[in-house]
Amino acid sequence: MASAGDLAQQPTERIVIAPPRGFALPDLRELWRYRELVGLLALRDFKIRYKQSLLGAAWAVLQPLLTMVVFSVLFGLLLGRNRMPTAGDTPYAVSTYCALVPWQLFATALANSGNSLVNNQSLITKVYFPRLAAPLAPILAALVDFALAFAVLLALMAAYGIAPGWGFVALPGFVLLAILAALAASLWLSALNVLYRDVRHAIPFLVQLWMFVTPVVYASENLLTGAPRWAVVAYGLNPLAGVMEGFRWALLGTPPPSPVLLLVSFAMTIVLLLTGAAFFQRMERSFADLV
Amino acid sequence: MQEPAIRIEDLGKRYRLGSLQPLSALRARLAGAGRGAPAEAADPLELWALRDLHLTIAPAEIVGVIGANGAGKSTLLKILSRITAPTRGRVEIRGRVGSLLEVGTGFHPELTGRENIYLNGAILGMKRAEIDAQLDEIVAFSQVERFLDTPAKRYSSGMRLRLAFAIAAHLEPEILIIDEVLAVGDAAFQRKCLGKMSDVALRGRTVLFVSHNMNAVANLCTRVAWLRDGQLAFDGAPSDAIRAYLDSIRAECRALRSGGAGRYDLRAASRNGNQARSRARAIESFSIRDEHGALTDVVASGAPVRFEIGYRHAEALARPTFGILIEKSDVGNLVALQTHIQHGPLDKLPASGRVRCEVRQLPLAPGAYTLSVGMTTGGEQLDWVERYVELEVQPADVYGTGRLPNPRHGAVLVQATWSFP
Repeated sequence: MASAGDLAQQPTERIVIAPPRGFALPDLRELWRYRELVGLLALRDFKIRYKQSLLGAAWAVLQPLLTMVVFSVLFGLLLGRNRMPTAGDTPYAVSTYCALVPWQLFATALANSGNSLVNNQSLITKVYFPRLAAPLAPILAALVDFALAFAVLLALMAAYGIAPGWGFVALPGFVLLAILAALAASLWLSALNVLYRDVRHAIPFLVQLWMFVTPVVYASENLLTGAPRWAVVAYGLNPLAGVMEGFRWALLGTPPPSPVLLLVSFAMTIVLLLTGAAFFQRMERSFADLV
Repeated sequence: MQEPAIRIEDLGKRYRLGSLQPLSALRARLAGAGRGAPAEAADPLELWALRDLHLTIAPAEIVGVIGANGAGKSTLLKILSRITAPTRGRVEIRGRVGSLLEVGTGFHPELTGRENIYLNGAILGMKRAEIDAQLDEIVAFSQVERFLDTPAKRYSSGMRLRLAFAIAAHLEPEILIIDEVLAVGDAAFQRKCLGKMSDVALRGRTVLFVSHNMNAVANLCTRVAWLRDGQLAFDGAPSDAIRAYLDSIRAECRALRSGGAGRYDLRAASRNGNQARSRARAIESFSIRDEHGALTDVVASGAPVRFEIGYRHAEALARPTFGILIEKSDVGNLVALQTHIQHGPLDKLPASGRVRCEVRQLPLAPGAYTLSVGMTTGGEQLDWVERYVELEVQPADVYGTGRLPNPRHGAVLVQATWSFP
């Protein structure tokens, strides 16, 4: 043992470094040991996002709010006030903002997390930490924005006199599903981004397209009523479809999402997450050489 | 027998050159998992940055890693720091590793000094409680108390550096891996870094230290590993390793020249056309010798050096003078070594012989210099060989401060005594 007494008291860590072999899932125990770093990186991401901006964190609320207003006006003009693509009989404004809040969480998390390895290039080439911390931190930071937008959602519901039903208790589950979906997509995208910077340009485009195939500015019932079972399954392959309908059901008391859709969304998220984690882990040790 | 702190076995790292990986390479990378390293075909786009490296380091050893640029030093540190994975081989490390490949990694300009201390500390692997406990000490060491809650982007580069090092210095790993960190900062700061590093060493920690500063390596390390072309060329006592390394640099310089290091046969050297009368070709040879009398054309700044002019003439020399001019291409003449000025008049010398000129301390900054050699008899120029001899001056710690003079700041080195209020 080393001569210094203070060293002798610590249990000696043993690290083995060898070429990476095979596929494996990330070491979650190690990630847990580095939880303080993940927290500080998330805090950094949140703090610097609104530095030197006039409106600051108000942006977290303005973005979904203005998107909701734009689509309200647009669909109002196109379809008429009585034929808005809303969920059940809730007002369109609430129905849409209620979906925009989790959507914004997913979109912000994905956009920042997908670029996280490239953005943290200087860290990755100079210091060791579980690389998983990089895509995780922006997702945690997006949760702060989510909390702000969510508070406004509650205010909006109060203004329209809508009280959440007992489904409210399921809400954290849908938030978790949104986060896992964002993480799953980010694991793939951030690792691919290291190899091909095309990903950086593809992400904003991808997020935009994804929003239109997700029941955000419309409700899935407008699309799926009377649709065959395979169409529901296919629609559920987008994990966000389940999240959006789940949010509306939990908060607004609209009809519950079809169990088939939920199940497919959930299964798809897990598949994406596991494959993404394995791919990320496989690529992890060469990030520093390639980034 | 103690368990080694670091055991490196058959370590190798291959890089693929070329900027963009085609999709097929990605597929190969994913498919190639699980199998052992395939037979290494001699692919011109592949480079082994590190090969067949075996090294065992005992606890509390301070090992310096030296070698030319591209010899694999940084690759080794990156593998040991787990930043990049080896292609083959195995490393076993016992103890908590702190690695410092750069000062101020992860500093964010928008965050305040305090926020950066916590973030940077966490990046280096410190726990929040450890940083809390040492915050006052870190702040005092860095001397940025007044600016602790100012965004780092308002800091001067010196302040940022001091703060970054202060954090790193309070990292308390069992094994410390350091790369060239001392290459930055002013002299006082470097002294502080060296002092802190000896502290670390005295407390029985294992240190792996990469540097080009031979003086720092010689002072700090108990053992030196010299890497050449990705392989271990020497492993042993610091003085032996450094000598072997510097010798190899000299040998390489020698290989680049035709006439052998430090010795020039000037009989065939072309004389400048306007020196029509110098057809005599009286200057036959020119040699450069180091303090031990060995021929060389690489001399350390501030080191003793001896020049020798070999001449042969038809008759005895009457009232001869000899001169050597040292110049640098972008600066001009720097030093004139002339017998009639530095020694005084000479009356008579034999028809052939050897003139020696000893310089106690070569006052030149590192770089390449060109020498011209001339001689006169009876006030008439006899021979003049212009810009034929080349001299390479190597960096050295001339002033004994651990700091190397910057050749861009001045080509001539002068010993000086400073006093302060």
